Amino acid sequence: MSTAGPSAVAGPDDVAVRAAAQLVRDLPPAPALWCDGLRKRYGRRTAVDGVSLSVGRGEVVGLLGPNGAGKTTVIKMLLGLVRPDAGEVMVLGRPGSDPAARARVGYLPELFRYQPWLTAAEVLELHVRLSGADVPAVERHGCLELVGLAARAGDRVGGFSKGMQQRLGLAVALVARPELVVLDEPTSALDPLGRADVRDVVLSLKERGVAVLLNSHLIGEVERVCDRVVVLDRGTVAASGTLAELLGRREVRLHLGSVGPEGQARLAAAGPLEREGAWFTVGLPAEDDGTTVPDLVADLVALGVRVHAVEPTRISLEERLLGILRANSGDGRP
Amino acid sequence: MTARTVLTIAGLTLREAARRRVVWALLALTVVLLALSAWGFSKLVGLDTEFGTMTSGEARLVASLLLNLIMFGLSLIAAIGTAFLAGPTLAGELESGQALVLLARPVRRSSVLLGKWLGLVAFGSGYVVLAGLAQILVVGATVGYWPPAPATGLALLAAETVVLLTLALLLSSVVSTMASGIVAVGLFGATWVAGVVGGIGGALGNEGVESVGTVSRVLLPTDGLWRGAMNAFQDPIALVQMGPGEGGFPFLSEAALSPAYLAWAAVWIAMVWGLTALSFSRRDA
Ligand SMILES: Nc1ncnc2c1ncn2[C@@H]1O[C@H](COP(=O)(O)OP(=O)(O)OP(=O)(O)O)[C@@H](O)[C@H]1O
Ligand SMILES: [Mg+2]
Repeated sequence: MSTAGPSAVAGPDDVAVRAAAQLVRDLPPAPALWCDGLRKRYGRRTAVDGVSLSVGRGEVVGLLGPNGAGKTTVIKMLLGLVRPDAGEVMVLGRPGSDPAARARVGYLPELFRYQPWLTAAEVLELHVRLSGADVPAVERHGCLELVGLAARAGDRVGGFSKGMQQRLGLAVALVARPELVVLDEPTSALDPLGRADVRDVVLSLKERGVAVLLNSHLIGEVERVCDRVVVLDRGTVAASGTLAELLGRREVRLHLGSVGPEGQARLAAAGPLEREGAWFTVGLPAEDDGTTVPDLVADLVALGVRVHAVEPTRISLEERLLGILRANSGDGRP
Repeated sequence: MTARTVLTIAGLTLREAARRRVVWALLALTVVLLALSAWGFSKLVGLDTEFGTMTSGEARLVASLLLNLIMFGLSLIAAIGTAFLAGPTLAGELESGQALVLLARPVRRSSVLLGKWLGLVAFGSGYVVLAGLAQILVVGATVGYWPPAPATGLALLAAETVVLLTLALLLSSVVSTMASGIVAVGLFGATWVAGVVGGIGGALGNEGVESVGTVSRVLLPTDGLWRGAMNAFQDPIALVQMGPGEGGFPFLSEAALSPAYLAWAAVWIAMVWGLTALSFSRRDA
């Protein structure tokens, strides 16, 4: 190879480079967010100890854990706000140390304040400028509308209530057309309506293929919107996985009258059966396509069984979380 | 990308200055000072002393002294104003969470710092130059005294402000709150006093005391620049009239600034700025 003339070398090399470039293009896009072995100490206290996680493109991941688990610290390290003592971060395919990595990232911090002398509209304008995006005023106003602040666009942020500030924070996180949105307790100050709004916002982000990392203490909220959950406890990942993986199988509880042997057999055929007086609990198959329960009920009615109640039950994420955290605290660590 | 960040943050800093009540208070103070001085100077012209009416030479000497005195007041106002604007910025904004949202954007911390610094420089030097110019015009209109090198003097006053606000920024990256502003103004005052002490030492021929002023002028260039500015404002004849041995007088300066000292001031600013950038880039938000 080395004996060939320069022009002869350029040919195959060129081909190789192009092939490599094609290979890189064909690779699945890098995860929206990825980190490995993140570690952070504050003085003698280890806040985060070897956290690795990733958020795929368009994926909604919940970050759960008790107070002081290190969730906010992890998020700040992911966004380059806190220097990790060890570990690597990649944001939208670029190393986290490169500020350009955050060009398409929206962030709603846990505790924050905007320049109180700016109006809501000016705050959005500032952030659009800093992000380098070109977002017209109409779209910016749309963002304020989305969070219910359209009427206050011209008011100074210093006079906003806590919940209004948080709403504005959400608008700021969304305004620069992000591909990744990081929300650190977005609903802590919101009224029930606001919480529902945030849920809708996250769902619509998911629909548009925007990745979301959501830290919240409202487990029901996380359960409803997240594809996957990462549980942090005392600075380490205590558990992670999809909701189905974490929560295991689902069940249905039925309150039945006049169950004959045939009815009993039909119930047993649907899945593992438990009985407590007139209440029957049937375990559902993991790959349930939504037909098992209606089919079962139809068949039971046909067999003359009186159906008083049908309740789908699922071990809730909350119970599962408490289980994980209790098991974790029982393993001898201080 | 970087230039836009710098300009955006500089603009934000100026907007903050314009929307803070403190700043308007400073401006009001300045206007009062200007008006009072105009009134005072106009009285000066026809002043009857015990020895009869002041000669025009005497009037020029007094005007020259008073101009320096008022310029000192203006530079003090500028120093306090910018130090108190710069003081709560870096660390204070990190602590209040204001920086959190900005720094999560695709911006380099050094660009944010440069933007803040430029905004403060524009505000501080803009203020001194405008207020100083207004004062020079007032003196010119009332007593007909025109300083020998007004542009140099105003530029040096601006440089003095820049030195002080750079120091306040460095302090603000280390300690938060108003403390950094207070410390910066305190150091400013201390070097001024040290400069006066050094001048007295010089007048008395005491080298030990004189070196106090020299050393402090090297450590913090505000007083040296201030003396250069005074030299540019005062009537050259004034020193002669005051006579030798009056070098300790705090509102007259014996010599113009040396280029070496100006270069040192520039190096000083660059060094302190670099330290600030280093400390800011290592801070956790
Ligand atoms: N700036 C700081 N200085 C000192 N310790 C800190 C700092 N920030 C966080 N810590 C410590 O790091 C640990 C994790 O804090 P972090 O804020 O990440 O918790 P969290 O999981 O977000 O908790 P919460 O649910 O209450 O928001 C805590 O023990 C906290 O005391
Ligand atoms: Mg937190």
